[in-house]
Amino acid sequence: MSRYQDLKKNLFGGTTSNARQFGMIFTLVAIVLLFQVLTNGLTLTSGNLIAVVSQYSYILILAIGMLMVIVAGHIDLSVGSVAAFTGIVVAKAIQQFDLPWPAAVAFGLLVGVVIGAWQGFWVAYVGVPAFIVTLAGMLLFRGGNQFIGNADTVPVPQGFRTIGAGFLPEVGPDTGYNNLTLLLGLAACVAVVWREWRARQVRQEMSAEPTPMWVSGVRLAVMVGVIVFATLRFAGGRVGTSLPVSGIILAVLVLAYSFYTRNTIGGRHIYAVGGNARAAELSGVKLQRVNFFVMMNMSVLAALAGMIFVARSAASGPQDGLSWELDAIAAVFIGGAAVSGGLGTISGSIIGGLVMALLNNGLQLMGVGSDLVQIIKGLVLLLAVALDVYNKSQGRFSVIGSIMRPFRREGPPVAAQAESRDETDKAPAVG
Amino acid sequence: MNDAPPLLQMSSITKTFPGVTALADVNLVVRTGEIHAICGENGAGKSTLMKILSGVHPYGTYSGDIVYQGEQVRFGDIRASEHAGIVIIHQELALVPGMSITENIFLGNEPRRRGAIDWKGARRRVVELMEQVGLKEDPDTLIKDIGVGKQQLVEIAKAFAKDVRLLILDEPTAALNEADSRHLLDLLREFKRQGITSIIISHKLNEIEAIADSITILRDGRTIETLDVRVDGVNEDRIVRGMVGRELSSRFPDRTPAIGEVFFEVRDWTVRHPISTERLVCKNSSFNVRRGEIVGFAGLMGAGRTELAMSLFGRSYGVWLGGHVYKDGKEIQLKSVADAIKHGLAYVSEDRKAIGLNLLDDIKSSIVAAKLSKISRHGVIDQVKEHRVAEEYRNSLRVKAPTVDEGVIKLSGGNQQKVVLAKWMFTDPDLLILDEPTRGIDVGAKYEIYGIIQRLAEQGKGVIVISSELPELIGLCDRVYTVFEGTITGNVPRRDADPELLMKQMTSTKKMPTP
Ligand SMILES: Nc1ncnc2c1ncn2[C@@H]1O[C@H](COP(=O)(O)OP(=O)(O)OP(=O)(O)O)[C@@H](O)[C@H]1O
Ligand SMILES: [Mg+2]
Repeated sequence: MSRYQDLKKNLFGGTTSNARQFGMIFTLVAIVLLFQVLTNGLTLTSGNLIAVVSQYSYILILAIGMLMVIVAGHIDLSVGSVAAFTGIVVAKAIQQFDLPWPAAVAFGLLVGVVIGAWQGFWVAYVGVPAFIVTLAGMLLFRGGNQFIGNADTVPVPQGFRTIGAGFLPEVGPDTGYNNLTLLLGLAACVAVVWREWRARQVRQEMSAEPTPMWVSGVRLAVMVGVIVFATLRFAGGRVGTSLPVSGIILAVLVLAYSFYTRNTIGGRHIYAVGGNARAAELSGVKLQRVNFFVMMNMSVLAALAGMIFVARSAASGPQDGLSWELDAIAAVFIGGAAVSGGLGTISGSIIGGLVMALLNNGLQLMGVGSDLVQIIKGLVLLLAVALDVYNKSQGRFSVIGSIMRPFRREGPPVAAQAESRDETDKAPAVG
Repeated sequence: MNDAPPLLQMSSITKTFPGVTALADVNLVVRTGEIHAICGENGAGKSTLMKILSGVHPYGTYSGDIVYQGEQVRFGDIRASEHAGIVIIHQELALVPGMSITENIFLGNEPRRRGAIDWKGARRRVVELMEQVGLKEDPDTLIKDIGVGKQQLVEIAKAFAKDVRLLILDEPTAALNEADSRHLLDLLREFKRQGITSIIISHKLNEIEAIADSITILRDGRTIETLDVRVDGVNEDRIVRGMVGRELSSRFPDRTPAIGEVFFEVRDWTVRHPISTERLVCKNSSFNVRRGEIVGFAGLMGAGRTELAMSLFGRSYGVWLGGHVYKDGKEIQLKSVADAIKHGLAYVSEDRKAIGLNLLDDIKSSIVAAKLSKISRHGVIDQVKEHRVAEEYRNSLRVKAPTVDEGVIKLSGGNQQKVVLAKWMFTDPDLLILDEPTRGIDVGAKYEIYGIIQRLAEQGKGVIVISSELPELIGLCDRVYTVFEGTITGNVPRRDADPELLMKQMTSTKKMPTP
C-alpha cells in the first residue's frame, strides 16, 4: 500500500463514506484556496469568516437533522416552512406577551416539538411517505406563517437577537484578540489531542494494528493548525466581534449529534432502519419509534434554525426560510449520504454544507449575481453526486481516488463493489 | 474422450479484492455440451470465477485469459457476455416481483414493432419459452404470486429468450424443494441433449453426483482438480475430500443428548395470512421444546413453518388470531420482536440478504445488532467491547474475513450465514429458532454449524431447526414435527424418524397420534 493510501486509510478509517469525506475535505480546501486567490484574500479575512458562520449556521443546523432523516430513508421538505412558522409564532409571542428571551427560545423549541410530533405521527404511525407528509407540511406551515403574521414582518427585541447576531463578550486583559474565543480555541486543541490519544489507546485495546506514529503526528499537526488559524481569525476581528453565538450553538450540536449517531444505540438504530428496515425490525428495533424520532428531531432543529435566523435579521418575515430545505438536502448529499438511506455522517454533511456556503460566499464576494450562483450550485451538487455514483459503479470509492488514480502506479482499480451493484447500489432514484 | 477443442478455457485467472485474493491462478476447461459442476467451500471463489466469466467483474479487473469458442474474449460487462451466448443466473433471483412473467422475461430485451413494445409477439414467444422449461402458468401471472421454484424457471426462460449457449447457474437449487430441484435437474439434462452447455455451482453434492459430467474443485481460490465423472467414478465422499482436503468421516458431529424438562410450549397457535383474510397459515398448532433438545420442523415449501416461527417471534408475520405461549410454565406475551428477544427467543431467518442482515453494515456491527444493550452503558456503545465480541465470534465460527471491520456485503454466502448465526448467538437466547440454517453452506461449514447447534443444546438451550433437507433433520434432531398446510401432522422421535415416514406425514392432512 502506498503512503498516500496509508494516510487516507488512517485518517479516515477507510470506509466508503469516510473515503468520500476525504475527497470532500480536499474539495473544501480547494474551494477556499481558489476563492482566496480570486478574491485577493478577502475570503479568509476575519470579517468574512465571521459573516459566513453567522449567515450559514442555520443551514448547517438543518443539515444535521436532515442527515438523520435521510439516513433513516426519508426526506424532509418542510424545514424551511417550519423554521419560518416557528419564527413568526415566537416573534408574535414576544410582541404580545413580552416573553423574556430564554422563555421565547424554549417556547420556539416547543413549537418545533409539536410540529415534529404532527409530522412524525403521519410518517411513523400512519405510514404516509415522508416526502408527502413534509410536502404538505411545507405548504401548511408556509401558509401558517403568512396567516399569523398577516404576510408582514414582525420585529424581535434586542435580547432575543443574541442567538443569531450575538458575539462572545470581551473579558480579561486586552490581548488584541477576543479572549473567550482564544480560550475556546485552546480547549478545541486540547480536545483534539486528547481524542487522538484516546483513539490510539482504543486501537491498542482492540489489538488492532497501531496507527503509525507519523500519521498521528500529521493528523494532529493539520488539525491543530486549522484550529489555531481559525481561532486567530475569529478572535482577531473588529473589536466586539468573535466567533458568533450561532456558531457556538452549531459546534455544540455537531459534537453532540456526531456522538449520538456514532456511539449510541439510538444512533445505530437509525442506520439500521435506513440500511434494511425489515432486518432492523427483526432485530428488535422499534421502527416506528425511530422514524418518529428522526422526523420530530428534524422539526425541532428547524425551529431552532428559524429562531436563529429571525434573531439575526431582527424580524420575522413571510419569506423566511425559502428553499432552505434544498440547501440542507444538498449539503447532506454532497457530504456523501446515500439517497436510499443507511449511509452518511454528520461530519460529512457539515463539510458538504461548508462547501456550498463557501461557494456561495466566494461567488458573492466576486460580485457574481444570484442567478449565476444558483446555476453553479446546482451543477456542483449534480456533479458531486454523479461522480460518486460513477465511482461506485466503477467499483472505486472516493472522489479523490479517481482523481489520483492516473498518478498511481499500482495495480488496476479494485472492483470491490462491482458485485454489490445489483443489490445495494445507491444510485439516486426518484422516490 | 473427445478431442474437439473445449467450449471454454479459462486459464491462470487471478482476482484480488482489497485484502483478499479471491482467485489465484485458476484454470477451468469446459467441453461443449457437458454439464460442468464447480464445487468448493464457502468463499472458495466459485461465484467470483463465474462473475468474471459473465463480465460482472469486467476485463481489466482480473488477470488471466478466457478463450471461448476458440477465441480470446474480454467481456467489459454483462451485455457483452450475453451477446456471446453466456447467461448467468445468480443465486439471488433478479426478477421484478410486481411484473408479470412475460414482462420479466423480456425486461431490457423487449421485442419491438414500429417503436412500440410488441406484447402480442412477446406473449407468443413466452408461451414457447415456458413450454421449453416446463413452466405451466399463465404468462400474465405476477412473479410475486408464484413460488421460488417457478421463479427459477422464469429466470431460465429469460436466459433462453437471449439465445443461450453456455448457461451458468449459481446455486440454483438452494432455495428449491425436492420436487422443484428434480425438475430443474431434468431440465438441465434436456438442455444437454439440445447441445447447450451448463455450468452449475451447488453445495448439494448428491445433485452434483447425479448430474455432472465433470467437476472442477476449488479450494481457497485455487483449482484443486477436475474430475471426469465417467472416468474417475466420483461419489460424494470423493468430492468432499477434494473440497476440504481431507476425509470427512461423518456428516454430523457425535453427541449424547442430555434432555431436560419441557420449558417452552405453544398451544393452539393460529395465524392468518397478512392479506387474504380467510387463509390460515397456522392452524391450532401446538408443540413444545425441552431443555437441551434439538427439535426439527419438516414440511414442504410453503407448509407454514417459517410463518409459524416468525409469528411466534414477536408477531413478525401475519395476523395473530389466537394461541398461547408458555415458558418455564408461565404464559408469556410476545407482541413485539423486542418482547421476544427479552424472553430469550432468537430467530435466524432463512433469507439472510433480505431480512437477516443490513448489507451496508460491517461484520462487527452486524454481530451485535440484535443486542446492543449488552455492549453499552447508558445507551453508549463500548466500541472496544464490540470489537472484542466480534473477534471472538469470528474466530469461534471461523468466519472467513480479514477483519471484523469488513462489510458483510463482501462475504461469501456461507460466511454471511455465520455472521447471522453469530448475531443471534450473541443475544444469548434460551430458544434459538433456525430457519434453513445450512442453505447455501458447504459441507465443512455445515458440520461446524451442526456442532454449534449441538453445543447450544448441551448448554441447556432449546433449538428449533426448520429445514427442507430430511437427512439433515434426521441426523441432527431429537424430535421432528411434521407440518402440512399449516397443520402440525406429526411428532416423530429420533428413533422412528426415517425419510419415508416423515415424507408421508408431511404430505397428509391426517393428524398422526403422538407417540
Ligand atoms: N466484492 C467483494 N469485495 C471483497 N471481497 C470479496 C468480494 N466478493 C467476494 N469476495 C471474497 O472473495 C472470496 C470468494 O468469494 P465467492 O463469493 O466467490 O465465494 P463462493 O465460492 O461463491 O462461496 P459461497 O459458496 O459461500 O457462495 C471470499 O473470500 C469473499 O469474501
Ligand atoms: Mg457463491
